[in-house]
Amino acid sequence: MGVLDISVLGALGLSLRVAGLATLISCVAAMFMAWLLARKKSPLPTFLDAACTLPLVLPPTVLGYYLILLVGRRGLIGKWLNDVGITLIFSWQGAVIAATIVVFPLLYKSVRAALEQVNPHLENAARTLGASEWRVFVSISLPLAWKGIFAGLILAFARGMGEFGATLMIAGNIPGKTQTLALAIYDAFQAGNDLLAAQLVTLTSCVCVFLLMAAEAFTTQKGRNS
Amino acid sequence: MINVRLRKIFRTNDAPFSLDVDFSIRGKTAVLFGPSGSGKSLTLHCLAGLVRPDGGSIRLKERILYDNTVFIPARHRRIGYMFQDYALFPHLNVLQNVAYARSGFFARHPRRDDRETAMLERFGIGHLSRRMPGQLSGGQRQRVALARALNADPELLLLDEPFSALDTLLRERLRRELRDLFATLTIPVIIITHDPEDVDIFAADIILYGAGNARPVPDYQEIRAGFASAGDCLRRLQETAVMPESS
Repeated sequence: MGVLDISVLGALGLSLRVAGLATLISCVAAMFMAWLLARKKSPLPTFLDAACTLPLVLPPTVLGYYLILLVGRRGLIGKWLNDVGITLIFSWQGAVIAATIVVFPLLYKSVRAALEQVNPHLENAARTLGASEWRVFVSISLPLAWKGIFAGLILAFARGMGEFGATLMIAGNIPGKTQTLALAIYDAFQAGNDLLAAQLVTLTSCVCVFLLMAAEAFTTQKGRNS
Repeated sequence: MINVRLRKIFRTNDAPFSLDVDFSIRGKTAVLFGPSGSGKSLTLHCLAGLVRPDGGSIRLKERILYDNTVFIPARHRRIGYMFQDYALFPHLNVLQNVAYARSGFFARHPRRDDRETAMLERFGIGHLSRRMPGQLSGGQRQRVALARALNADPELLLLDEPFSALDTLLRERLRRELRDLFATLTIPVIIITHDPEDVDIFAADIILYGAGNARPVPDYQEIRAGFASAGDCLRRLQETAVMPESS
């Protein structure tokens, strides 16, 4: 296929799918955790808050190692999954799990910060008007925090696109199956295939720049409306 | 009839603040008067169920809202609360704000039935129903906040410094408007203020606040008659308020 190899497109598609799914799953989890930890007053949140941020400071390879202990063929959950016929190791779903864990702190941090920005009087006003905690969260807090959450989404997606270490350990580097762009670049470079490496690097850069520009356009347009 | 007995200790970064108040309100309007930081807002937060006291009890007519065994959450108390900054939802328009208590989950598509229309008309904001809160003047914001609170059918209305966000001229006018509104209401109203002018206009019952405690002044109208201005009268009352505390 001339300039762009079909495997290059496959790697791009896989990267987008993995990063997209990981961002989505992380976002839902991050919202839930942020909501939970913003409310309850006990020593547990301090510990949980630290736990939620941990993947940000641990090297991805360490995360990959922990994940293998957890979902590997003989892992805590993996053993049980294996019995039902699900293998996450060396599958693209495994790559999604790795990316989800890696991007989670970014989303958690931005969701948390965005929710804390919301004027508590607004949430209290909704409560006195008869809204349940869940309704307050969905109809008041989330719409007002949306901008900050969106910024976190873009950041997380970009980070998910570039995820390397944990993905390599969990999903391996199987061309056409689990080889994402980041992995393909490393492969091509190692194999001395400089042209392919350059193509992949250019492609990745373009996607990331496009994402940032789209995010910028979206947020400024939103800002003008409100 | 509202009975309030509250104890609450707050440990902030600087000094611990302790609220310890005990008063009843018999009339239709009551004013909580005192300097900022004396616990007036905290009292209203406890009344509305937004803060859980450490001890005491709250009774509204026959309904126990809080005591040793009961804590009715804010959403079930049926107490309207108008915040100092009015707390209008900035992402919802005037109609969506006013209809919030009676509209669907997301509040995006409120029914605009007779009731909402009447409420908007009553406050003279019918023509503003599609506006966003950011496009309203201070006085209009206050009307929307009042309409929103009353649309929830509260059994008690709490106003936290209703005029502090307004300039002086507007304050004069809205004070009268609010007094006229209260005359049409059947529910009691509690107002927080540190402006003596407000006390003159609204006070039936007055509760004098100072550093975490409160003293009802049931005979305020009689005492007031002996002074040239509300400011003088209240200053005097605040000075003498220290006496029963030390005895």
